[in-house]
Amino acid sequence: MVGEAEHGHRLTELLRSNTDALVAAWVEAVATTLRGRTTGAELERDFRELFTSLLPVASGDGRDLSGHAYAELRSLLGDLSRSRARQNFSPSETASSVFALKRVVFELVNGQDDAELFRQVLSFSTLLDGLGLLTFEAYARAREEIIKEQSEQLLELTTPVVKLWEGVLAVPLVGTLDSARTQVVMEKLLEALVETGSEHAIIDITGVLAVDTQVAQHLLKTVVAARLMGAECTISGIRPQIAQTIVALGIEFGDIATKATLADALRHALRRDGVEVVRKGERGAL
Amino acid sequence: MTPRSDGPEELPIRADDDVVRVRQLVRTYAQQVKLSLVDQTKLVTAASELARNTLVYGGGGFARVEIITADGRTGIRASFHDEGPGIPDLSLALADGWSSGKGMGLGLSGARRLVDEFDLDSEVGRGTVVMVVKWKR
Ligand SMILES: Nc1ncnc2c1ncn2[C@@H]1O[C@H](COP(=O)(O)OP(=O)(O)OP(=O)(O)O)[C@@H](O)[C@H]1O
Ligand SMILES: [Mg+2]
Repeated sequence: MVGEAEHGHRLTELLRSNTDALVAAWVEAVATTLRGRTTGAELERDFRELFTSLLPVASGDGRDLSGHAYAELRSLLGDLSRSRARQNFSPSETASSVFALKRVVFELVNGQDDAELFRQVLSFSTLLDGLGLLTFEAYARAREEIIKEQSEQLLELTTPVVKLWEGVLAVPLVGTLDSARTQVVMEKLLEALVETGSEHAIIDITGVLAVDTQVAQHLLKTVVAARLMGAECTISGIRPQIAQTIVALGIEFGDIATKATLADALRHALRRDGVEVVRKGERGAL
Repeated sequence: MTPRSDGPEELPIRADDDVVRVRQLVRTYAQQVKLSLVDQTKLVTAASELARNTLVYGGGGFARVEIITADGRTGIRASFHDEGPGIPDLSLALADGWSSGKGMGLGLSGARRLVDEFDLDSEVGRGTVVMVVKWKR
């Protein structure tokens, strides 16, 4: 079978009529370097798909890879790079999958005394170079996405909102608070208030190293937002050095309830709900 | 009596993460000269404010942190440099509660109260340098 547009293009015809052998050789060349980390069947499937979308453009000059003609190839290579990046293949291992096809094609035409074919193979090889670079870029983008995802997951992991009591949520803030982290914590707390229908939130900052104007602003906004939703916030665990710093900075917490410890804050919240926590034996005295 | 400086260290301020890094560097220095916990926290908080201003208003720049000694005292000096738009009205910028953006307007004035020495040098169109010192008591 000969395509219409590529009719008469020697290399395209050769590639098409030798598809099975070429794909097999390509898989074999790559399988040796990626051995054990991907199956031959997977490679066979990926490469056959790539090969098929290469055929219509094998006669092109490959100069404008961002053009419409290369859209399908670009998306296939993008998928391939992303899955390679997720499987922890290196960028050069990923790009060399594409370059490996060059040798396979060179071997196919090796020994043929055909100047026109030779010229076509050269330009095909340039096309593969360009596609290899595309793969490289797609790989780098995919890695960035993965790293971003992971740090977002880390953010989520390190900010647990816990239910202390029926209607009382607490979020302990720990370590160095940057803007992104504080924001995530505060959003999660507000979401959790809605989900659980809680009326009290305790933000415990015992583990926080410093409170600057930005962190304070996030805290204040959260308290105001919680109030609008009908919930009361208490800030607990303000240590002496933090308290002095907040005062010197000039930040005013206004009428926001603050408590020395998380336990005090919980007691405060429960009392507002009409629950009194007393020690055994104290009960009679009250 | 120019203070003897001790191995200044510089860090770029180009993104949010850098502000965190500057804060950590300042804390390391403050611990090294054994500032009290309160003074460490005050200095770190001031550094956090100034580094963020460098980033947000100065369009980025760098921070320099060093140990200094003078008259037998030891302290930490931190300075924040940018080549941004500069501050047209210094007294307004230093007023509590004034912000040209969406801040609380307490960073600059608050930082001044948190440290022992504060120097603000700004020129419109050229940039801003803020220098602070906290002495060990
Ligand atoms: N490095 C700088 N370059 C240019 N302008 C600055 C710089 N630092 C501060 N300013 C100006 O001074 C104003 C006051 O700064 P300050 O840090 O006190 O408040 P803020 O950053 O606006 O809010 P906050 O720090 O309380 O979150 C800023 O709004 C800004 O206009
Ligand atoms: Mg500020």
